[in-house]
Amino acid sequence: MEPQGVDGGDVEVDRHAAVQQDASLSLRLRAAYGGVPARGEGHPFELNCEIEAAPGFTILFGASGAGKTTLLNCIAGITQPSEGRISAAGNLWFDSSSRRNTPVHLRRVGYVLQDLALFPHLNVQQNVAYGLRDLAGAEKQARCAAILTAFRIAPLRDRRPNQISGGEKQRVALARALVIQPLVLLLDEPLAALDRTTKASIVDDLRTWNREHGVPILYATHSREEVFALGDRVLVMEDGKIIADGTPHEVMRAPRTETVAQLVGFENVFDVVVVASHPDRGTMTCRLQNSAVELETPLVRAEVGSSLWVGIRAGDILLATAKPSGLSARNILPGSVVSLDRRDVIVAARVQCGVEMEVQLTLAARDALELSPGRPVWLIVKTHSCHLMSRGSQKS
Amino acid sequence: MDWQAFGLTLRLAALVSGLLLLLGLPVAYWIAFSRWRWKFLVEALVALPIVLPPTVLGFYVLIALGPRSPLGRWWESLTGHSLAFTFPGLVIGSLLYSLPFAVQPLAAAFGAVNPKLLAASATLGASRLETFFRITLPLSSAGLVTGVALSFAHTLGEFGVVLMVGGNIPGVTRTISIAIYDRVQASEYAAANLEALVLLLLSFAILTAVYGWNRKALMVGTWK
Repeated sequence: MEPQGVDGGDVEVDRHAAVQQDASLSLRLRAAYGGVPARGEGHPFELNCEIEAAPGFTILFGASGAGKTTLLNCIAGITQPSEGRISAAGNLWFDSSSRRNTPVHLRRVGYVLQDLALFPHLNVQQNVAYGLRDLAGAEKQARCAAILTAFRIAPLRDRRPNQISGGEKQRVALARALVIQPLVLLLDEPLAALDRTTKASIVDDLRTWNREHGVPILYATHSREEVFALGDRVLVMEDGKIIADGTPHEVMRAPRTETVAQLVGFENVFDVVVVASHPDRGTMTCRLQNSAVELETPLVRAEVGSSLWVGIRAGDILLATAKPSGLSARNILPGSVVSLDRRDVIVAARVQCGVEMEVQLTLAARDALELSPGRPVWLIVKTHSCHLMSRGSQKS
Repeated sequence: MDWQAFGLTLRLAALVSGLLLLLGLPVAYWIAFSRWRWKFLVEALVALPIVLPPTVLGFYVLIALGPRSPLGRWWESLTGHSLAFTFPGLVIGSLLYSLPFAVQPLAAAFGAVNPKLLAASATLGASRLETFFRITLPLSSAGLVTGVALSFAHTLGEFGVVLMVGGNIPGVTRTISIAIYDRVQASEYAAANLEALVLLLLSFAILTAVYGWNRKALMVGTWK
C-alpha cells in the first residue's frame, strides 16, 4: 500500500493509474552547481541535461565534479533547478514554466546519499522504519521485516549504525530508501567503498527487489569497473552535460570524448594532427604531436590539419623482435623497451617509439621474446585499433 | 539562611530556564538555519546580555516595564498594577538576561547536525517540523541540556538586573544574591558565608552535571 499524505486522496487514485501507464523518470533541466558565482558573472558550472530513464538500472558515469550529485539532488528536490521540468511515474515534480515544485518530503523518492546518512541515534530497525511513520503498527512491522530479510540485515535490527560494517550500512541505507516504495531510486556512489564480492551481492539483492517493483534506478558512479559490472544503460556525464548514452559496449565502440575514453580504458591517448585523408581506402594518416610518428587510422569526418585524440588500448598492440613482413597491420613502428612492470599475470611494457606507449602482454610472451629494458622491438598496431576522438570537450 | 529568598530564587530560575527552552528553540533554530543576510545583527542582539553590564540591561527593562512604556501601560490596564518591582517583572528581566545562555548552545548543537541527515529525513517523507523533532532535536540533546542548565545557573546567580527591576522586596523579588549583599551590608558575615557557599556548591554541581552529560552524549552521539 502507499504511504499516506503524498497528495490529496483523489490525486492518489490518478497517480496509481499513471504508475501503471508509465513508471519512467523524465527530466530536462538547467541548474548551476559547484562554487559560488562571482557577482554579475555566470556560475562556474551549469548542469544542462535531458534524461529519460525507464524502469531498471541507468548508470550515470562521470568524474567527480561532473555534476552527478547535483543532478540527483535536483531530482530529489534538495536542489532547485533554475529551469526545466522533472516528472516521475506520471507525477510532475518540478516545472519552471508553471512554477511547480513539489517539496522533497512529498516526492516519494528513494535516495541513498553518498555517505549514506544513517541516523546515528536510531538502530537499524528504526532507521529502516523511519519513512513508514504513517502506517499502522502491524503493516509497518510486516513491511520492515520483509525488507530487512530481503537485504539480509534482519539479525542486525537492534544495532546502531556505528556498530555495523560498511557493507551492512549500505544495505541498511538501501532498505531504508526502498521500504517507502519510492517512485524513483537514486544512488550516489553507493557501493564505491566496498569490495567486489560484497558489491555484487548487494547489486543482486537490489535487482531482485526491482524485478518486483520496476522503478527507474539512477546509479551515479565514477568507477569504470562498476559500469561494466552492472552492464546496463550508461549515461556519460561531463561538465554538467550528458555526452554519451548507450550500453557500456556501445559507448565503448564509439568513443567521442576524453571522459568516454577513460571509461573505455585507453591506456594510450595521444594528440594527433590529421596529415592526409584517403577516402578511397577509408583511412587517414595522422601524425602524433611532438614526434615524427605517423599512424594509419580509420577515416573519420575531420579536416586535414585538424587536431584529434587517438586512443589505443595497451592490449591491442603487438610486439615483435624482428621487423615483420607480410602482415595486414598497417602500423609497424620501431622502438625500444623502456621498462617492464609485472601486474599479476600480465606485463605492462613501456616502449619508446618517438612517443612512449604502454603495451600489455602475457608473462609467457615476455619470456619467449626475452624482453628486457633497452631491447629494440617493433610495435604493430592495426588501423582499426586506433580510436579517434574529437576534442570537442576542450573547445567549450 | 534566608530560605524564603532561596526558594524564590529556585522558583525564578526554574521558571526562566523552562520558558527559555520554549522561547530559545525557535530562536536557535532560526539562527542555525536562516540564510538571511542580516542574520548576524540578530545574533549580536541575542548575545548582547553576555557583555552588557546588568545595570544597563536592568535600567532599560525597568523603563520598558514602567507606566510610560506601551508594555507597562498595557500590563497596567490589564492587571491594575505596574510590572516593575514584581515577580513577573523579574521573570521578564531574567529572560532577557539569560537568553544567550539558552540560545547559543542550542544554535550550536542544531548547526552541528549533519545536513545530509536532514536531507535523508526529507526524502523519507518527513516535513521540516517532523525532521526537527525526530532528527535535529534528539541529536542536539547535549546542547539542550547545556542550554537549560546554563540558563538555570545563570539566573540563579543574577544580581544587577534583579536589583534594578525587582528591587529588594522579601518574598516577592528578593533573591539569594541580594540577600547575601544585605548580609554583608549588615556585617553578618557568617550568614553571608553560608548562603554564598550554598550558591557556590549548587552552581558547581550543575556545571559538573552538564559537562559530565556532554562527555557521555558526545561518545554515543557521534555521527557514523
